[in-house]
Amino acid sequence: MAEKSINIKLKVWRQGGKYGDGKFETYDLKDIGTDMSFLEMFDVLNEQLVSKKESPVAFEHDCREGICGTCSMVIDGQAHGPMKGTTTCQLHMRSFKDGATITVEPFRAKAFPVIRDLVVDRSSFDAIIQAGGYISVNTGQAQDANAIPIEKDTSEKAFDAATCIGCGACVAACPNSAAMLFTSAKVAHLSIMPQGKVEAQKRVEAMVNQMDKEGFGMCSNVKACEAECPKEISVENIAIMNREYMKAVLGADPERK
Amino acid sequence: MNNWFIRFLSSSIGKKLIMSLTGLFLITFLLVHLGGNLQLLNDDEGKVFNLYAKMMTTNPLIKFTSYGLYFFILLHAVQGLLIWAKNRAATGTKYAVRKKSPNTSWASSNMALLGVLILVFLGIHMGDFWFAMKYQVWPNADLGNEMVKYTLDDETVAKVKNLYAKVNWSFSQEWIVIVYIISMIGLAFHLWHGFASAFQTLGLNHKKYTPFIESVGKIFSIVIPALFALIPILYYLGIRWPFEFHFI
Amino acid sequence: MPLVAPNNKRRIEIIVVGTGLAGAAAAATLGELGYNVKCFTFHDSPRRAHSVAAQGGINAAKNYQNDGDSVYRLFYDTIKGGDYRSREANVHRLAEVSRDIIDQCAAQGVPFAREYGGLLANRSFGGVQVSRTFYARGQTGQQLLIGAYSALSRQIARGSVEMFNRHEMLDLVVVDGKARGIITRNLVSGKIERHAAHCVVLATGGYGNVFYLSTNAMNSNVSAAWRAHRRGAYFANPCYTQIHPTCIPVSGEYQSKLTLMSESLRNDGRVWVPKKKEDCKKDPREIKEEDRDYYLERIYPAFGNLVPRDVASRAAKYVTDEGRGVGATGLAVYLDFSSAIERYGKAQANMKGVSSPSKAQITELGEAVVKEKYGNLFHMYEKITDENPYKTPMKIFPAVHYTMGGIWVDYNLQTTIPGCFALGEANFSDHGANRLGASALMQGLADGYFVIPYTIGTFLSKEIRTPKISTDLPEFEAAEKAVKERINDLLNVNGNESVESFHRRLGRIMWDNCGMSRNKEGLTKARTLIQELRAEYHKNVFVPGSNDEYNPELEKALRVADFMELGELMVCDALNRNESCGGHFREEYQEGGGEAKRNDKDYMYVAAWDFKGENTDWDLHKEELEYNNIEVKTRSYK
Repeated sequence: MAEKSINIKLKVWRQGGKYGDGKFETYDLKDIGTDMSFLEMFDVLNEQLVSKKESPVAFEHDCREGICGTCSMVIDGQAHGPMKGTTTCQLHMRSFKDGATITVEPFRAKAFPVIRDLVVDRSSFDAIIQAGGYISVNTGQAQDANAIPIEKDTSEKAFDAATCIGCGACVAACPNSAAMLFTSAKVAHLSIMPQGKVEAQKRVEAMVNQMDKEGFGMCSNVKACEAECPKEISVENIAIMNREYMKAVLGADPERK
Repeated sequence: MNNWFIRFLSSSIGKKLIMSLTGLFLITFLLVHLGGNLQLLNDDEGKVFNLYAKMMTTNPLIKFTSYGLYFFILLHAVQGLLIWAKNRAATGTKYAVRKKSPNTSWASSNMALLGVLILVFLGIHMGDFWFAMKYQVWPNADLGNEMVKYTLDDETVAKVKNLYAKVNWSFSQEWIVIVYIISMIGLAFHLWHGFASAFQTLGLNHKKYTPFIESVGKIFSIVIPALFALIPILYYLGIRWPFEFHFI
Repeated sequence: MPLVAPNNKRRIEIIVVGTGLAGAAAAATLGELGYNVKCFTFHDSPRRAHSVAAQGGINAAKNYQNDGDSVYRLFYDTIKGGDYRSREANVHRLAEVSRDIIDQCAAQGVPFAREYGGLLANRSFGGVQVSRTFYARGQTGQQLLIGAYSALSRQIARGSVEMFNRHEMLDLVVVDGKARGIITRNLVSGKIERHAAHCVVLATGGYGNVFYLSTNAMNSNVSAAWRAHRRGAYFANPCYTQIHPTCIPVSGEYQSKLTLMSESLRNDGRVWVPKKKEDCKKDPREIKEEDRDYYLERIYPAFGNLVPRDVASRAAKYVTDEGRGVGATGLAVYLDFSSAIERYGKAQANMKGVSSPSKAQITELGEAVVKEKYGNLFHMYEKITDENPYKTPMKIFPAVHYTMGGIWVDYNLQTTIPGCFALGEANFSDHGANRLGASALMQGLADGYFVIPYTIGTFLSKEIRTPKISTDLPEFEAAEKAVKERINDLLNVNGNESVESFHRRLGRIMWDNCGMSRNKEGLTKARTLIQELRAEYHKNVFVPGSNDEYNPELEKALRVADFMELGELMVCDALNRNESCGGHFREEYQEGGGEAKRNDKDYMYVAAWDFKGENTDWDLHKEELEYNNIEVKTRSYK
């Protein structure tokens, strides 16, 4: 990993404070090491801004290991940037060319209002989970873990859906700002596993209704979500959710609470 | 809105299901319509085609179906536009830079635009032929002795309008031919995404079968509009089948 | 254990701070029981707590593998792994409930790894000779947290838990000697808020970020715990820091964060350095087998590459100190999968009936197996370093990972402030001087799901007549005022150095003097350095913006201020502990070969520090450790 350094021009969306409703601000950065992560590049920028007593760019980040789902940037028109299956924090500057202009914007959707600069409010995702993204089991009620054998492939399939980190890249990538991939990943994860089948119908109905209420758009099977999902979750889950939803609403007793 | 059915149809998945089912119905209609249109290529001065046109406008079953068809076209169009509007409302500020993902087709994110194009085309098309067939006076077709084999009585034969003549006239107009070709390209793009998408919305996504559905969709989306477009082109150039092709 | 009746639970309010495994599990379970819970996180969602980053797995004494595991064995391993510095009773309880955790998580839908027969799979972790670790690919923490988060979400929907996202606790409010509330800052609006309850549960994680570079998340901090400490909660064993042996080495000055490679890799990876110094800069693939020193296998034949973390880290330090470290900085050792690839490849070829397979075939088959087991970790390594670990050995180096020390708690997890409880990494109780792999998840969930819901009754059963606590009490007012003053002080310094820069400087002092090995001289010097740095901080830090806005720099400034105070206490504790044990290695106290030399006669106690005011020395309280069910021995993994 021969370390090189590059010069870049960073075009960043600034919003709130003196920037009001938002505009792009351009920064020149020199001698950025290519082994630096994208967020470390932002750290460097912010230190420079702070040293000039200017306000640093607000961006969200936490684990910097690609698992917490906090970081949320659209880099050159792609959620989490150009590298497939990678969150912003795991993206490195070696993915960019010397002299490049990099445009960085927040995740954009009505259901993800901007709080500041690149920080958006994704609590609509929590609301969807609260509507039913769980298995109703109180602590202490569980039977022995091995009492429910699950075929390895079934378990793996559920895992592929469960691997969602709730970052919201699917919404950011979707031209309709739909949250179908996020919602379906949770629906699929739980409805594939036998433990989750018990309340699968109630769950999918509640979650889809909440998703609609939060003001997300509707899926038109563009599949940009799948391409930009850092965990590469398949749109097959959306089909699973559609199936589950139809089964739930069309098949269940209308008296069901 | 407590009724479960209304609730279902007004949910995002319900709305998409309407798009999917009406879309699939329209896809089958395209096949039927194409079958009839291909009669135009027979080098018989439109005899078979005129009969076909007559049947399409008089057969009670087809009449009944056609009302369903109009309804579904409108439903597909109106629902599609409503979804488009809702989706536009759901998106925030537009991105300054947006890079297309490798797995998304241009068609998939322009379905509404393509749909409107097709709707406009339908208006022109209906005005041109359906209206002509129903309300305009065109000289009756000269079916000659051929008709005996179709066991039609004299009265019916006398009433068959010569839609063929109208087709012949329309497709000699350059602008109409161009409108048809452009619209069929639009239809091709609409189907390129719509065909497989309808199955995905229905929840039919399976690692074994989806690639097959996608391939069929792509072939369908090219071949069917191409055949539709072929007719005005051949008419304009004055070319006909070298053999007889009877759909009915 | 005293209980609280359901009708009384409905009248009682509980504050839970933190939504990691311990916090989310506690809030959800207390909500299920019928208490009114208010739950706080500084994240935008409870699901983001750093428990997500745990990769390898969670231990449980299920004995599903029939390899001799038992509650006692897990208890024994944990005490021994902790170098006989943890509290026996707490650890035994942990081992007992470990089995229930797996049941609970499986019922919640956590997709644990399974065998073809559909039953749960296990793997081995360092410091034990059984296979008791349950895992979910390389993201066990993520999956377990989603389980706890979904249980919490269910309670939020039911209304039994009120969730406060983007709220950071800045002080604990103590009324008449009991913890009755907290002061928080709304991180979006900057509003300082008061929240009252009958008791406060802190599940706010560890303080590894005092070292600046660690595997902790960027926002992990000590502030909540530290504020409780300043209000009277003793802080126990702060010097016990776990340095994890398998992290990706530092690549540059700008680096903000270290990334862990799961310990599970040591199941199949072999750790080595070149025997000769002159080979260190060579391509590792060109170094012949006989010129490689598989030092862990050489020194510790019984446990080999699976020795506990403190032992493995220290061994890496010794070989790099000898000048046999690899990589550009010389601060790395190799973790090599080539023999595992070959072994798996041969086994696969055999299973698939490939007769006399070629070397390329074996490699291909073996790589597929390794990919299935560790694919995501390898992928992550490649993303960060741009090297392909299937083809060339990984480079790894120890880094700060976990802090065994924390707020002192009794058996009921209550701190020295009645009504204030501490769970998970935030407390000190279970891991002694060194934590075994896959035990942090176990402890967090044990505390949250199975311990606090019962033990909290010891306090609350006496509070059933206490009416709702008012936030208008003078104690709340005073605490709020103090918080506002702290904030204004930091904003008004208006100096010339960034918070980040101060944090980096603090981290260097800590790592150099209170890191993998410590000595009296360094520690003494460090204490002065920290005091000076702290004084400078309050004179020259620059915090941009104001309080009334989204201001991450201000958040960081408050946290770093607390880290500086904690740093000093860590140094004091390390100075006080004149022995080497677990993660605390004093150079003066070692045996041949650099093994830790414990002093059970004088130091078999928990050092619990009592805050006496700024610029005043802490008071030391000793809790003697008694082992009735286990024989105290010198730890040996040879």
